[in-house]
Amino acid sequence: MALELVGRARIEDAVESPLAIRGLTVSYGEKPAVFSVDVQFQRGQMTAIVGPNGAGKSTLLKAALGIIRPLSGQVTSYGRPLDEMRARIAYVPQRASVDWDFPARVCDVVMMGLYRDLGLLGRVRPTHRARVTACLERVGMAGFAGRQIGQLSGGQQQRVFLARALAQDADLYLLDEPFAGVDAATEKAIIDVLKALKAQGRTVVAVHHDLATVPDYFDRVFLINTTAIAEGPVAEVFTPAHLQAAYGGRLALAQMGGAAAG
Amino acid sequence: MEQDFVMLSLPPLVIGICAAVACALPGNFLLLRRQALIGDAISHVVLPGIVAAFLLAGVVATGPMMLGAAVAALIAAVLIEAIRRLGRIEPGAAMGVVFTAMFAGGVLLLEQSSASGVHLDVQHALYGNLESLIWLDGWGWGALLDGQALRGLPPELLRMAGVMLAVAAFTALFWRALVLSTFDEGFARTQGLHTGALGFALVAVAAVAAVAAFDAVGSIIVIAMFICPPAAARLMTNRMGRQVAWSLGFAVLSAVLGYVLAGYGPLWLGYQNALSAAGMIATVSGIILGFAALLGPCRHPGGAPRGRGAE
Repeated sequence: MALELVGRARIEDAVESPLAIRGLTVSYGEKPAVFSVDVQFQRGQMTAIVGPNGAGKSTLLKAALGIIRPLSGQVTSYGRPLDEMRARIAYVPQRASVDWDFPARVCDVVMMGLYRDLGLLGRVRPTHRARVTACLERVGMAGFAGRQIGQLSGGQQQRVFLARALAQDADLYLLDEPFAGVDAATEKAIIDVLKALKAQGRTVVAVHHDLATVPDYFDRVFLINTTAIAEGPVAEVFTPAHLQAAYGGRLALAQMGGAAAG
Repeated sequence: MEQDFVMLSLPPLVIGICAAVACALPGNFLLLRRQALIGDAISHVVLPGIVAAFLLAGVVATGPMMLGAAVAALIAAVLIEAIRRLGRIEPGAAMGVVFTAMFAGGVLLLEQSSASGVHLDVQHALYGNLESLIWLDGWGWGALLDGQALRGLPPELLRMAGVMLAVAAFTALFWRALVLSTFDEGFARTQGLHTGALGFALVAVAAVAAVAAFDAVGSIIVIAMFICPPAAARLMTNRMGRQVAWSLGFAVLSAVLGYVLAGYGPLWLGYQNALSAAGMIATVSGIILGFAALLGPCRHPGGAPRGRGAE
């Protein structure tokens, strides 16, 4: 009996993606932002979602997570409907998506990552506080727990968001432009944390802007420009032909931007 | 003296405090969600509700009018959310569209009702009539323990106190969820929170508070209390819990100081007449906001107290 369960679990591990999207279409107005996208992200890998501005990268993540309502499409996580798997999924939104003048301290924001543990009225216990402290240490922000979030630099704010996701102790980490507008030290700190997550067997999917760093940072690439272009290992998918298909005439410009930022 | 106070001053004071607290509590969240104008919007849209209730009921009575006001406020809340989502415009614009349209409709309805020969007192709606909410059975402090006398309390007092407790219970129960979804709605959704329903519940609670306060103390206090105490409190602290505590303190201070100044201020200056308590309470809250804006420790962008830069 036990043996059978172990065997079954192993097969599921191999087959079922942490995030599988089928036929996802999202529209903000007349024109679809994401059109009929099929993609399965691979377990235990770091995947970059890459494409030009307005290609629907963030929209894809938000729709997959149910933050915005897609017109159509199916999203599963580990073979189950996403709503049932929320405890295993951590999300790092774009830094600019919130008002950093909000009256909260760094530790208050990280504590938000424990919402599913605490629930509506659960009491904050010393173990919760210890978890918050540990997550801040992992992103190099241990000394900032009591700081108001508006007093932080952009890179520090991004690290706080990452610490909040770490507090969720999830299996799948979805990040929306984690390297946008951050300093070099923060970029290094973030990529170290993400690689450590991968080393623990967790899955990382990040919307990424900087083409120059894709091969260094990621194992796999998902190219998107409203429709899915290609998904696979960096060596196979991150090719001039595929990039041309994703970026069209803008490729030269995008590459220059990427080289400058890298 | 004691009898005068319990009979004439205690009920309006308590009602004023309850109204101020009931509006200031949700005001904290509405302010941070950039929906602070909702108090303004609701106190305008109750006009068509009241007039419609009067036209339907045919009499000037509190029950139907409060019902009409509540229905109008809820319709407005639904419309504002619908326009904001479907039209994808900012909340302020959605509120502006809804409350001007509904207020204008109310004015047209009012003309119809005037034609029928009954005068609805618009001034009463604006300033309320706090001073008239007296407790004739309040023969002294002992009356607070006298069942017979307690039955003679103005109904507005019990209504306002009940609404305040309900608002406080809602805020306490959903505190964590409200803070999370106010700060980061997208993340809150990934935590399984129904942020749409929660946001609507907040507006509905604010609407109930506004309608109850509007009936008891007039719309000026409603508008002022949704915005002034929370805005002043934001300038005093960088923590959400403390902001709410400060806002409640400012709300109570405005109510007490405003009531006392309206009643006795002119006498101190040698005049004979008293001023409108509602107007004075709103004015005091504005003055408190002014002081907080000049002297509050957290009034700099990014919340950095002076002398400690962002980096």
